[in-house]
Amino acid sequence: MLLHHQEPERDSKRRIISRVDEILPQTQCQQCGYPGCLPYARAIVSDNAPIDQCPPGGQVVRRALVELLGRPGSSMRGADFAESSHVVVIDEPACIGCTKCIQACPVDAIVGAAKQMHTVITAACTGCELCIDPCPVDCIDIIDAADDLAHWRWQRLHYAGHERRMIARP
Amino acid sequence: MSERQLYSLRGGIRLEPYKSETQSIASRRLPIPEKLILPLQQHVGLVAEPCVKVGQPVVKNELIATATSYVGMHLHAPASGVISAIDQFPVIHPSGLPATCIEITTDGNDATPESDNADDPHALDSHAIYRLIVKAGIVGLGGAGFPAHVKIREGTGQTVDTLIINGVECEPYITCDDRLMQERSIEVLAAATLIAGVMSAAECIVAVEDDMPAAMSALCDVARDGVELVSVPAIYPTGGEKQLITVLTGREVPTGLLPIDIGVAVLNVATAVAVYRAVVSGQPLTERLLTVAGDVPTPGNVSVLIGTPIQYLLEQFGMTDTSKHRVLSGGPMMGTEILDLAAPVTKTVNCVLILPRESHEQPPSACIRCGDCVPVCPVGLQPQQLFEAARISDVDAAQDLHLFDCIDCGCCAFACPSRIPLVQYFLHAKSSIEALDNDRTQADLARARYTAHQQRISAAAGSIAFAGVELADVSSLEPSDLQSDIKAAVARANQRRHDET
Repeated sequence: MLLHHQEPERDSKRRIISRVDEILPQTQCQQCGYPGCLPYARAIVSDNAPIDQCPPGGQVVRRALVELLGRPGSSMRGADFAESSHVVVIDEPACIGCTKCIQACPVDAIVGAAKQMHTVITAACTGCELCIDPCPVDCIDIIDAADDLAHWRWQRLHYAGHERRMIARP
Repeated sequence: MSERQLYSLRGGIRLEPYKSETQSIASRRLPIPEKLILPLQQHVGLVAEPCVKVGQPVVKNELIATATSYVGMHLHAPASGVISAIDQFPVIHPSGLPATCIEITTDGNDATPESDNADDPHALDSHAIYRLIVKAGIVGLGGAGFPAHVKIREGTGQTVDTLIINGVECEPYITCDDRLMQERSIEVLAAATLIAGVMSAAECIVAVEDDMPAAMSALCDVARDGVELVSVPAIYPTGGEKQLITVLTGREVPTGLLPIDIGVAVLNVATAVAVYRAVVSGQPLTERLLTVAGDVPTPGNVSVLIGTPIQYLLEQFGMTDTSKHRVLSGGPMMGTEILDLAAPVTKTVNCVLILPRESHEQPPSACIRCGDCVPVCPVGLQPQQLFEAARISDVDAAQDLHLFDCIDCGCCAFACPSRIPLVQYFLHAKSSIEALDNDRTQADLARARYTAHQQRISAAAGSIAFAGVELADVSSLEPSDLQSDIKAAVARANQRRHDET
């Protein structure tokens, strides 16, 4: 990447950090060992942290980071490909209202109050799983986010038989 | 019939029509089924919102779900009865996943309640007509399901010089538009005049395929001034919106733009008639004509209430056992297999096609670079290269090859001697790209929420404990840059504590 020469070093660094942050998947899951995507982005740029520590991003993120930073990524930690997206759901009758999951959630995707039932805002949940461990009654489950029509994607060979229908040849 | 100069379609294939079986049989009306199942999404756009409750009685044509946005659609009760469920039901979708539907248990009463109909639709201004169309919940009945009011609204907002009423049913087997033009020729032409008037289109064309002579002669019998009747060659996919525009006007819709951007509006003939009925008699879209064809004892066209289960429809056509068949919604080229026959007819189902399930299926073989897919592509794409890009999920290369101009017509897959399911590869690539865009939106939301969360925590901590906490506006600053800020914050906190004691 070509940097503008007149730019003060701090500004260009800030710009690279924000570009790295844009590439990271924003799950805020801390699997990289940093307290969120932005701290990891800063560590990559400032402390030369390895670029292959993001399991939710998988190869897509690693490839984009290699391209941006021109830095080789060693073998991937964990999954080679991006993990399928999932979200968590609270088994509401089992919830005791301890608020521990609310405190753990990095994106404020859980609502509730002390001794009141909690619930997950599915649209805001990143599937980071940070709420699972703190729950004292194990009432949080991980579910597949892609299991409805709005999230469904065409698979590559899902309909390999399409041409079989084409009996309209003259 | 006018002798208009036509332009040739790029690519395309002349297919065996298989239309003669159903073309000349008068359509009939299906009895009201015991249950009607109405999916909340039968259109392009946002899902409708139910405005009825379980247990509530409804009368025919009553509004049961409302549009939630401009590109949305109202839904009406096709028959009177009681709302018996609002739940997940099987629908026609390649995934086989269920969707939210309203179920009506019918009472057999088909009487239409009185509606507020305008006396003279031509006396109404275009905005009043637009409101009547919105109220009627009309979507494109040709298959894509684009809300008709949006098309008409955009058509009145911008300059439209040519209105095309599309009666070119280019897929084999399907004859419902053909029958409609034969049986309702007066309404078809009245609809054309009405919509051309609303859009102030100078030119109005009703296009029919040259293998529909009966429809053309029915239209010629009632021909009126200002509506040009044109017969186009029966080459698949001439009925595609952009393809038909090229054949009729020689103009091409540029990539990424809509027909309206070049001053053309195209409406399917059944959609136009539905619009006409909505304006003249205030009738919402609750019923449609569709073709039942293929391997059935008595193929034909039938007027079906929206929400009628496919199973019930097939039983009425003498098909009780479909274990040796595959049932498609739509034609053989672009149709979707109906995986669960409990799924209902929606506004966009123009054909239910029953084909034998073949026992000897040959798997696809490798691409031999023969190039047979290239000359048949009506958009002028390079399917062979697109296939390579889609196969390795190279989304950038696929987009450079104009993936999103592909209309999924299936000509390339039809021509492929290696039986490669090219369209499926392209659909996969398109939905992968859409999923990536979606992921990006989700990530932006998560970033904003994460930043807000961190800011709230640091605010709660009285701005003292900065360590480990990231703020949006200081995101990329080195901690050393902030030492003075931290010192000031600590001083403020000490001062406050001192004041409190």
